[in-house]
Amino acid sequence: MRVVMLILMPLLMMVMVGFIFPSSNSIQNTPVAIANLDNGPLSKTFITGLETMNNQQGYMILSNATDFDDIKIQIQNGKISGGIIISANFTSSLQAGHWGNISIIIDQTNPQMSLMLQSILSAVIQQLGTQYAMWNLSEPLPRIVPYYVQVEGIVPGNPSYFEFMAPGIIAMTVMMALMTGLPHAISYEKDTGTLDGMLVAPLNRFSIILGKTLAQVVRGLIQGVIILLLAIFLFGVTIYGSIGLVFLILFLGIFSFVGLGILITSFTGKEETATMIMMTFMFPMMFLSGVFFPISQMPLAMQYIAKCFPLTYAAQALRKVIILGAGIPAISTELIFLAVFGVVLLIIAIPMFKKAMSR
Amino acid sequence: MVGCGDTMDEIAIKTVDLTKKYKDLVAVDHVSVDVKKGEIFGLLGPNGAGKTTLIRMLCTLARPNGGSATVAGYDIMKEDSKVREHIGLVSEKMIMYDQLTAKENLKLFGKFYDIPKEQLEKKIYELLTLVKMEKWANKQIGTFSTGMKQRINVIRALINQPDILFLDEPTLGLDPQSSSEIREFIRKINVENKTTMILTTHMMTEADMLCNRIGIIDYGKIVAMDTSENLKRMVSGADTTVVELEIPNLTNNIVLLIESLNSVQNVTRKNDTHINIQAKGAEAFDDIIDTVRQNDGKISYIRSLEPTLEDVFLHITGHEVRDQASEKIPMMEHRHGPRPMPAKRIR
Repeated sequence: MRVVMLILMPLLMMVMVGFIFPSSNSIQNTPVAIANLDNGPLSKTFITGLETMNNQQGYMILSNATDFDDIKIQIQNGKISGGIIISANFTSSLQAGHWGNISIIIDQTNPQMSLMLQSILSAVIQQLGTQYAMWNLSEPLPRIVPYYVQVEGIVPGNPSYFEFMAPGIIAMTVMMALMTGLPHAISYEKDTGTLDGMLVAPLNRFSIILGKTLAQVVRGLIQGVIILLLAIFLFGVTIYGSIGLVFLILFLGIFSFVGLGILITSFTGKEETATMIMMTFMFPMMFLSGVFFPISQMPLAMQYIAKCFPLTYAAQALRKVIILGAGIPAISTELIFLAVFGVVLLIIAIPMFKKAMSR
Repeated sequence: MVGCGDTMDEIAIKTVDLTKKYKDLVAVDHVSVDVKKGEIFGLLGPNGAGKTTLIRMLCTLARPNGGSATVAGYDIMKEDSKVREHIGLVSEKMIMYDQLTAKENLKLFGKFYDIPKEQLEKKIYELLTLVKMEKWANKQIGTFSTGMKQRINVIRALINQPDILFLDEPTLGLDPQSSSEIREFIRKINVENKTTMILTTHMMTEADMLCNRIGIIDYGKIVAMDTSENLKRMVSGADTTVVELEIPNLTNNIVLLIESLNSVQNVTRKNDTHINIQAKGAEAFDDIIDTVRQNDGKISYIRSLEPTLEDVFLHITGHEVRDQASEKIPMMEHRHGPRPMPAKRIR
């Protein structure tokens, strides 16, 4: 086991670092929505040009949006990775010899991706601008590159990679607290003999494990709060969404893991074994759950694996709430997945625990 | 053995062919025992014989693979929660939290039994006084000596006034004074509250002192079950004693003369000055001493030896207790904590 870890660790580290920074290859089929607020013909020309370029290079999947708010919601829901808004006075501005305003809206939960998207879009729009200028050579334009691009986010500020990582790390720490805490708590009681004292009393087996679990949940939440406070006060992370939601996500994250923790604890004799098994799960999960780099940058196969881990959903939901200020509707998929995962595991784990206790 | 005259009312525990296997090891092998209400029943046997496993099954901590048992009238498999209401376990390990005080520990475990608050307070005080620990009620258990901890271990098991108390090697690892005190408490509780007790031990002397009846267990089977006197008589026959004499000027002549006495069955010469004599009959002592004196022997020491567990065991099973302990692997992976190594355990 240790030899495997020795080789695997550096390998995974390399892979991880590689994936943090997206290459241009990873920008394929990125969903982007276009909101055309202009009624004139020039905006339609622009859009056609954009679509043509896109068909050649396939960077984006273009869709329609109605306005800024629509784009905002779609980003929060994770449906699109960015948006383009053509301002209402686009055609009239251009015809009057001014710049045409185009806004690129980025998803701040993914700074790397956003940066790439930004640069690609800017390059594309630049090209279109040059094209437009060339078509109009007969009438020299006061502005050579007529399209003016500005970049906006949904919320003020420009999150860095730290902000991207922080929610994931919070989610991960909280879940790990449970995973290590639960086996330790039960092994301690086994070793000292007090577990026997409880099992010999007319105590419901379920209430024993429930008590242990609740204690670990509280412990995990306290740890989560401490990290959150550190992130806010020491590192300047701002929570744009509601704190209540943050706690809800953390709680559901823990809840989804409880069953697994109980299962592993029931069937291992010593605490060391339980912790080792726990680590075997935690390790790949850390790398694959989109804590350190977005899953959209991973190869498709790994993305599917990532989608099986509760941590992926918890981290993503936390990111949306903390960075983007998303509300419940935006994270409903994640919440449901976490809840269902938790319930299913519990249904399996509790009878197993009862059985294991009376071997 | 329990006579046919005992009705179910008088029986606290009844097992029928109770069996427990761990992979290829049969820990408890078709054990059928009846324990009467109010008696102190001893389970005597070497380490690894299956005593703890048997106790664990009766306490509903482990499930048997075969056979059945009723404890306090309830089936251990089907009515296990009812069983737990009526039993107490003094296990090999200390069932208590070092970080809590004596009182806090007792309170915690008392709450498991839904004892109302006032009654619990009273009971705690009563129990602490019983074992002379009332001054230590508010001191952390982590600061107690082993003897003190074991006293708390015992009363913790009594918090719910159980009908049946299981004690797994209650004096193992204790100094003689503490051991003797614990035995006193056990006797007192049995007499005052008529609590049925099942005691496991590997010390014949302890079984002798405390138990009404003793079951000898070997390799998971009950090989003999009777009162202490009857068991010893199995070895030596009725009316027989073993005497150890120290004779500083012992000669072969004296030994031969003693051997030839009618009342003497066997003489073993231990060394230059010690002999063990197995003799029968009321006249035996007189005959032996007369023989020695008449031949100018000086008796500096005389002691009557009882058959030890070794003797009883050897007689019944045909092998020594020590053989078995070294043969078997004493460490079994019990699900609830490691098994103690023979004779020593860290409390």
